[in-house]
Amino acid sequence: MPKPVFNTERCKGCGLCTSVCVRNLIFLSEQFNSKGYQPACCKDDTRCIGCLICARTCPDVVIEIHK
Amino acid sequence: MTEKLFTRPKSLLDVPTHYCPGCYHGIIHRLIAEIIDELHVQDYTIGIAPVGCSVLAYDYFNFDMFGAAHGRAPAVATGVKRVHPDALVFTYQGDGDLAAIGCAEIVHAAARAEKFTTIFINNAIYGMTGGQMAPTTLLSQRTNTSPYGRNSEACGHPIRMSEMLATLEGSIYLARVSVHDAIHMTKAKRCIRKAFELQLQGKGFSMIEVLATCPTNWGMRPLQAVEWLKSEMIPYYPLGIIKDSTEVK
Ligand code: SF4
Ligand code: SF4
Repeated sequence: MPKPVFNTERCKGCGLCTSVCVRNLIFLSEQFNSKGYQPACCKDDTRCIGCLICARTCPDVVIEIHK
Repeated sequence: MTEKLFTRPKSLLDVPTHYCPGCYHGIIHRLIAEIIDELHVQDYTIGIAPVGCSVLAYDYFNFDMFGAAHGRAPAVATGVKRVHPDALVFTYQGDGDLAAIGCAEIVHAAARAEKFTTIFINNAIYGMTGGQMAPTTLLSQRTNTSPYGRNSEACGHPIRMSEMLATLEGSIYLARVSVHDAIHMTKAKRCIRKAFELQLQGKGFSMIEVLATCPTNWGMRPLQAVEWLKSEMIPYYPLGIIKDSTEVK
């Protein structure tokens, strides 16, 4: 199964990826990373269809899609 | 073993960038790096970084890079390409760099049909210097130096650089693209790739203008900036191939 893997320390919390997931799986965490951003995460990666759109949208290459 | 369906291209170094959250420079850097990987030209690519937010692009791309004085990237690229005619040479310039201080350099490089490619990032504002009006700032757009909105009486109309360069015989391929969603990103990548391929075939000057957001200096959240780009910028700066003189004959 495909799933998004986040390099949380690189995330700037811009939220662009949260608006593009076709399954609406991505949201910004309540936690903060060491730079003070609220990083993106996936609420249920078993529902990911591996469309890659979140990864392609991220300006900081935070997201990899693993299988 | 984990298979990676999507990962960072080899031509983009694995380092954090200084760009603001949601800024499109990162997406455009990645597309360029992906194309360079796909064309297998990492070893003979030479990029010219401008002055502006992307002044540090040489710290992010994993191939040879030059830094140029403000606006002078096309002059430096001219020299590099003439000395290394087989290299893939591109300049990466913002709208303040290219359309204001470097306007003469880009016009004459295109007029001379210099055989390099320019990636022109148009976000309608000066970024690094703190959000001043640029030649590409839209009418009524508020910036630090047009607090009541750009007024054509005092400041003229925004310049459409791609259309302007299209009047010159030396330019062979000009396109305006955007990267605000997956479809537009695919089209943008196709255009940049075509420009690089034409250059590798020894053809003349090409430029891809990429519309980009600047959430910080526009005073918007990143997602609001995406909407503003779609509703305000694209109507004034229409997307598509502006000129393709390789299709005739
Ligand atoms: S790959 Fe597609 S479905 Fe999976 S999290 Fe990313 S956008 Fe959503
Ligand atoms: S697009 Fe990238 S930087 Fe922005 S919130 Fe998503 S993972 Fe973080």
